[in-house]
Amino acid sequence: MLDSALSVFKMGRNLARLMEGLGVTLEISCLAVALSIVLGIPIGLLMAGQRPIVKRILRLYLEFIRVMPILVLLFLFYYSLSKIWNINLSAMAVSILVFTLWGAAEMGDLVRAAVTSLPRHQWDSGRALGLTETQVSFYVIIPQAVRRLLPGVINLATRMIKTTPFVFFINLPDLVKVGQQIVEVAGFRNPLASVWVYGFIFIIYFAICYPISLLSRYLERRWPS
Amino acid sequence: MLSGQVVLKIKDLVKNYDQRAVLKGLTLTVSQGEVLVVIGPSGCGKSTLLRCLNGLEPVNGGQIIFEGQYLTDPQTNWSRIRQRVGMVFQNYELFPHLTALENILLGPIKVQNKSREEALAKAEYWLNRVDLWDRRHSFPRQLSGGQKQRVAIVRALAMDPEIMLFDEVTASLDPEMVREVLDVITNLAQEGLTMLIVTHEMAFARAVADRIIFLDDGGIVEDSTPDVFFQNPATERARRFLNIFHYDDIHKPNGSLNLAKNNL
Amino acid sequence: MDLDFILAKGPIFLAAAQLTVTVAFFGILLSAVVGLLCAVVKFYRWPVAHRLVSAYIELARNTPLMVQLFFLYFGLPRLGFIWEGQTCAILGLTFLGGGYMAEAFRGGLSAVGKDQVEAGLSIGLNRFQLLRYVIVPQALAVSLPAISATTIFLMKETSVFSIVALPDLMYVAKDLLKEGHSSETNTLLVASYLAVILPISLIFAWLERRLRFAGFGS
Repeated sequence: MLDSALSVFKMGRNLARLMEGLGVTLEISCLAVALSIVLGIPIGLLMAGQRPIVKRILRLYLEFIRVMPILVLLFLFYYSLSKIWNINLSAMAVSILVFTLWGAAEMGDLVRAAVTSLPRHQWDSGRALGLTETQVSFYVIIPQAVRRLLPGVINLATRMIKTTPFVFFINLPDLVKVGQQIVEVAGFRNPLASVWVYGFIFIIYFAICYPISLLSRYLERRWPS
Repeated sequence: MLSGQVVLKIKDLVKNYDQRAVLKGLTLTVSQGEVLVVIGPSGCGKSTLLRCLNGLEPVNGGQIIFEGQYLTDPQTNWSRIRQRVGMVFQNYELFPHLTALENILLGPIKVQNKSREEALAKAEYWLNRVDLWDRRHSFPRQLSGGQKQRVAIVRALAMDPEIMLFDEVTASLDPEMVREVLDVITNLAQEGLTMLIVTHEMAFARAVADRIIFLDDGGIVEDSTPDVFFQNPATERARRFLNIFHYDDIHKPNGSLNLAKNNL
Repeated sequence: MDLDFILAKGPIFLAAAQLTVTVAFFGILLSAVVGLLCAVVKFYRWPVAHRLVSAYIELARNTPLMVQLFFLYFGLPRLGFIWEGQTCAILGLTFLGGGYMAEAFRGGLSAVGKDQVEAGLSIGLNRFQLLRYVIVPQALAVSLPAISATTIFLMKETSVFSIVALPDLMYVAKDLLKEGHSSETNTLLVASYLAVILPISLIFAWLERRLRFAGFGS
């Protein structure tokens, strides 16, 4: 049994290729999560703001993203963008773009929820102590908002990581795609190749996502809202 | 009334929470139709006593004998016992997703397998007696605290219990709602329902009780009639407890008046 | 935009949407059943089962559906478990969804207080009746937003089923994209998913509003 498992990973550059696939997966995840956080904060502040038209538009954007499968968006941007607008984006760029569109919308909603859930009197009591506007923001509002935000953001990050295998459909060589290619070749000689390779990928994803979800749960317990 | 047949016998009841003894060998006999009011300082074990009688707390020692049946037997079918021992809680604990009427019908129909008509007739009778028949379709959140507690009492009565346990049922109520609930209980007492009442309402205790049980430190310190207990308590501990409910006149030193004036 | 193309290919998308809905329906229904059972096991902390259930929930929630499906469809047959695409899709969705539904229900169950349980016991309800009439109805109302989010999430996840050779919406779209007509195909694709998922999202929003009005919070 063990021999059959080891032989798959030892054959050719299989293990190295899987690691390269993991690299692609992580690259998309990290870039998309980072961009989502950066873009999500202003979006969220606008969502919590006073301009009704802006709020309406952002709400529509969020609802559309929430209802539409990410895979459809990937197809939309990969197959239509190039033809309709004559923009040629690589599969990698499309992936990061689509994941960021999704992540920024969800991040925006998290920021909106965190900002609007802070009671008004936090501002008032801060000012009543004689703090300036900026001081209230830095010492009172932002620390509380970040505490409320962090578990949700971490949660969003794991959701995005778990959705990266979708890039398989636009032929990006991520962990899953590489795994499939390996199984296709090795499967002829080793009938159990699919069990080992997909099992291995299953474990890798678990090893990445489980600690992150533990962290999120720990933070939720430490900073109950 | 006092010479009635024995309904409930508690012998050397022991209950521990973790290492701490809450009931330290309590012995008590309750006769048919008796109204016992249990009073005592907080933490004396009075609520624990009621909870043991309804099987909500496992017992660590001693015996509870209800109508000849040993409730301290681990094989006790509590579902069957609880149909005969009604309990009302401090915080009402009505089921929030059911209307007042549905709250009342749940036990008779699902536990006692009564027909809907029969259960409804009984619910109507009791709800009329507590003046809430009109509110039968209200959800608990639409009722005041006093109304909720009256529904909770009816919910317990609808099972035709042989004995009722009231656990500080007015402690969560606004003062103006205490009366309507106590009136219902007084009414039941007059009809000869056997009851164990834990309360902090001393005037009510005195009016409704056949016997006062004064509990302190996990044991019965006094067991007497209300007149004797309130006018002439036998023990120093009871006297000290009763003193909490009296206020002496406050003699303010003259100096404090200045402060009061300045604040005005 | 070529309207004739859209009209001509419409029926294909309709059939594919039916398949998506069927698989999603059974997958989500089974997820809810599995989730509720797991949540009840965790609620009562049944000694061994409670640990097994926790492990399952973590595995389901911390791995992607696509990897689970690949393992089920391409891996397990090698070990003697052979199933066709549709069964595999439903099984995969149930494995994933069961973990998410369990968490959704668990949140609701833990919101039902110990005092409510005691009130139920005090009128003589047995364990099953207590769950059926007191705990689950209250837990469901509290869990509804989480159940709604999970249902929509699972609906969206069904988009990967073409990897187990199921001729669903994505499968059909990918096929047509080979012939060109990308904007028409994508329009049909987006419209189909909107038609499938939007009503569900609206129904849940309506349910949540209704339950909030009928609301509990004594």
